Amino acid sequence: MQGNPSGKGHAQTVLRISDLTKSYMMGEVRVEALKHVSLDFYSGELAVLLGASGSGKSTLLNIIGGLDTPSSGSLFFHEREITAATEAELTAYRRRSIGFVFQFYNLISSLSALENVQLVTEIAEHPMPPEEALKLVGLAHRLNHFPAQLSGGEQQRVAIARAVAKRPELLLCDEPTGALDFQTGKLVLDVIEKVNRELGTTTLIITHNASIAGMADRVVRLSSGEISEDRRNQTRLSPSELVW
Amino acid sequence: MKPLRRKLLRELLRLKGQMLAVAAVVACGISVFVSMSSVQYSLEASRARYYSRYRFADVFMQVKRAPEFYLETVRSIAGVASVNSRIVADVTLDVPGLDEPATGRLVSIPDYRTPVLNDLFIRSGRYIDPGKPEEVVVSKPFLEANRLAPGDHLTAVINGRKKELLIVGMGLSPEYIYEVQPGAFFPDKRRFGVIWMSRRALESAFDMSGAFNDLSLTLAHGVSEKNVIVQLDNLFSRYGSLGAYGRSEQLSDRFIADEIKQVGIQITFLPGVFLAVAVFLLNIVLRRLVATQRDQIAVLKAIGYSNEDVGLHYLGFAMIPTAVGAVVGTALGAWLGRGMMNIYADFYNFAELVYTFRFENVALSVLLSFAAALVGALGAVRKAVALPPAEAMRPDSPVMYKPGVLDRASLRKKIPVSIKIIVRDLERRPWKASITVLMISLAVAILIAGRYTYDSVDRMVQVEFAEKHREDVTLIFNDPKPPSVAYTIASLDGVLEHEYYRDEPVRMRFGHRFRRISIKGMQSAEGLQRLVDKNGRQFTLPPDGIVLTSALADILGVRPGERLQLEFLQGRQLHREVFVGAAIDEILGLSAYMNLAQLNRLAGDGGVLNAAYLRIDQSKAGALYTTFKKMPGVSGIMMLKAIKESFEELIARSMTTSTLILTSFACVLAFAVVYNGARISLSERARELSSLRVLGMSKGEISFILLGEQALLTLCAIPVGFMIGIALSALLAHALSSELYRLPLVFSAYNFLFAFTVIVVVSVVSGFAVHRRLSGLDLVEVLKTRE
Repeated sequence: MQGNPSGKGHAQTVLRISDLTKSYMMGEVRVEALKHVSLDFYSGELAVLLGASGSGKSTLLNIIGGLDTPSSGSLFFHEREITAATEAELTAYRRRSIGFVFQFYNLISSLSALENVQLVTEIAEHPMPPEEALKLVGLAHRLNHFPAQLSGGEQQRVAIARAVAKRPELLLCDEPTGALDFQTGKLVLDVIEKVNRELGTTTLIITHNASIAGMADRVVRLSSGEISEDRRNQTRLSPSELVW
Repeated sequence: MKPLRRKLLRELLRLKGQMLAVAAVVACGISVFVSMSSVQYSLEASRARYYSRYRFADVFMQVKRAPEFYLETVRSIAGVASVNSRIVADVTLDVPGLDEPATGRLVSIPDYRTPVLNDLFIRSGRYIDPGKPEEVVVSKPFLEANRLAPGDHLTAVINGRKKELLIVGMGLSPEYIYEVQPGAFFPDKRRFGVIWMSRRALESAFDMSGAFNDLSLTLAHGVSEKNVIVQLDNLFSRYGSLGAYGRSEQLSDRFIADEIKQVGIQITFLPGVFLAVAVFLLNIVLRRLVATQRDQIAVLKAIGYSNEDVGLHYLGFAMIPTAVGAVVGTALGAWLGRGMMNIYADFYNFAELVYTFRFENVALSVLLSFAAALVGALGAVRKAVALPPAEAMRPDSPVMYKPGVLDRASLRKKIPVSIKIIVRDLERRPWKASITVLMISLAVAILIAGRYTYDSVDRMVQVEFAEKHREDVTLIFNDPKPPSVAYTIASLDGVLEHEYYRDEPVRMRFGHRFRRISIKGMQSAEGLQRLVDKNGRQFTLPPDGIVLTSALADILGVRPGERLQLEFLQGRQLHREVFVGAAIDEILGLSAYMNLAQLNRLAGDGGVLNAAYLRIDQSKAGALYTTFKKMPGVSGIMMLKAIKESFEELIARSMTTSTLILTSFACVLAFAVVYNGARISLSERARELSSLRVLGMSKGEISFILLGEQALLTLCAIPVGFMIGIALSALLAHALSSELYRLPLVFSAYNFLFAFTVIVVVSVVSGFAVHRRLSGLDLVEVLKTRE
């Protein structure tokens, strides 16, 4: 599983994960969430991390996002070792390089769609105009609506706009369709695909929904804290072609 | 119910910071109520016991000299229960260890100890021996202040002759619970004392055998004091009576009665504020608790717990901290009350000052705080009870926000998003924000009102001891002197300025109202003594007409320009009419001022003087004091500086204590409100704040959002608190004002600065306490959960 199993041989390595292990105590039981995981991600790649609940996929995403630290092993973002970063460095890493999309959107209810995006553009270094980010997700006409006035799908699209507005190198989506119905879910995936395609943002989607795998360049399957599969799709399906 | 009880206790423990804040506020309220009501009760009970055990008289009268056989006539007045005649005289004392002369009030006691009115309580030593005219019992505060004890000697100038007195006992009397020199307002323990001496010795010293100059009597139950006073006045007018008066005009009783009244005012106000804050805190804390435990309430109901079980469970969150507050508050109140009684023991000389409280008072305060807890919890408990289990399983409906003040086109772009979050949240719940502001401002107001008395007393000292009185020494003559006395005094080496006044007792009448008072005839109002009102404004003395203090004018119902009847009580006892020139709002007492020449003319005599104000050369003070000590015809000497110092010393301890207590309580109040506000905000916002952290905001940035709201509310509360504080002080000044004194309404910049600083510091501390919790936010958890 080492090296570059992609057709994009010239692509730059964005993330280098080596021998990552994470265990924690759940009450009095020791849980091995990740066992010696090694994995690289490449620039511009859209990867889907599949796995049942408890497979370790969220733990991996949290470590990649700088929200959690591994028990052992290392994670490099380009040349920087994230696993050795301080609290303040992790904050800066999230602020500059990572875009997060959550299952439950996590919008600030007291801010309008536009302001939720501004929340990020105000603290980012070279953000895109917030209006442009919302246009990208097809919400140019809903700029001044508050979360309570938006549907679930629209809220998730605001969340995507918020994540991409800072022009992150890495977009991390945690079950982005988990709280949405089939049709709306596809609409959201469409937006993620578009962002990946148009902005070239390296995108990681974690999901338990195997049907989503079809839209990815690469599919990594996790079970019981170990990588059980790492394959490339010959062709990427458009989200509208997905069925589940 | 057992598991629910366990849940209650564990969660109380989890919410310990907030619950302790509620308990602390309840404890403050109860401790104020318990301490104040117990102090009031103790003062009342101690006074009542002292008065009855030592036979404090009901009616008093001073005469020039009346024959003893008149007592029989007095006894025959209907309603008079018992009568006691005495010889009372003020003399100059030479006290060992004291450079300046002191003043002693000699009061006669029977040679053989028998129960008399205004009886003596011998604290240590013994009663005088009959046949030993030099033996005296001296008042406790004077002895203690001068470090004297039974066995020591004192020298008195009695009727121009030096007389060595032997102190045999240390005593107290209900007549001098507040021991102050006539003419002074504040006690000067070192320079004024009461000396009880054999009647026979005083008769011979003052040539009063078979006569008396002081009368006290008690009345039978239910007798009209007024009728007896009228008869006494008629009976003794030819003996130079200054008019009889009841307890309400007896200076010592007046001070204690006022004190008891003032304590009562504080009982009603402060605990009310604390209970209101407790209601508010319980309301917000419990509402939040029920909101976060919707799913738990659903489960409890689904598995069969009744609405009552659930309601009682959440009521427990209000009742337990209240109970803790009640217990701590009662104990603290008893402790504070005892401490306050010790301070009162400095001011008031009771034979025994017993600290005690009424069980009903404690029970009432505890009952009231539980009622407050119930009111505070009601909303949240009702919500928990009313929640249908199926609905409770679903999350609360999303919070609806609307565009607000920041959404005007001109502002929209310029304002950072974090500030928008703060402002929108305040806009969404304006009532909660307003009440929070009100609660914090109450803490500010308590601080302002607490320190207001400092400023007020400062002004009082400034007006009384620097602007109004500028003399160094007041010499009070034992008899009215002819104007020629000025030559003698002017000839004394070291007297720089001298000024004289006449003190003429009259009965003033306006319509059906009257008042016994002395008119002060002044040579000028621009010299050593001036006429200055409580705001420092100076008045001039009209050439004719009389100037009354506003309080006296109010009592008589007279206004400037109207005419007043004067009945002179001494000399030719003429009845005159005078117009009221002005009313002056003085700080202390009731007074009437008149031009000396006019007073002499109205009194119909050649003019007399009762006292001299002197400004002296301090380098010659020693020699002058020695002269004063020997001077015949002087019955009292007052040193302005000494009175000021003694007043400041006395007031410092009591005010420091009360300000310290009020400041601490205001801090508790402010901390409880700000801390709870921030904690609830944190609980409501934890998810949002964690999301922001995940999105890359630093801890500082999310602290700004969380604490910014509290900071904004606190800043809004400060000016509101200043205004409430001023209103509260005005109310306090009005309520505490009496015939004895009126508190001027003044505020120093320091007062506001102090309140501002205290509130800011308390807010910062509570901010830090909450800030620490921000580090504990679980960033991962938030991504997984739906609100």
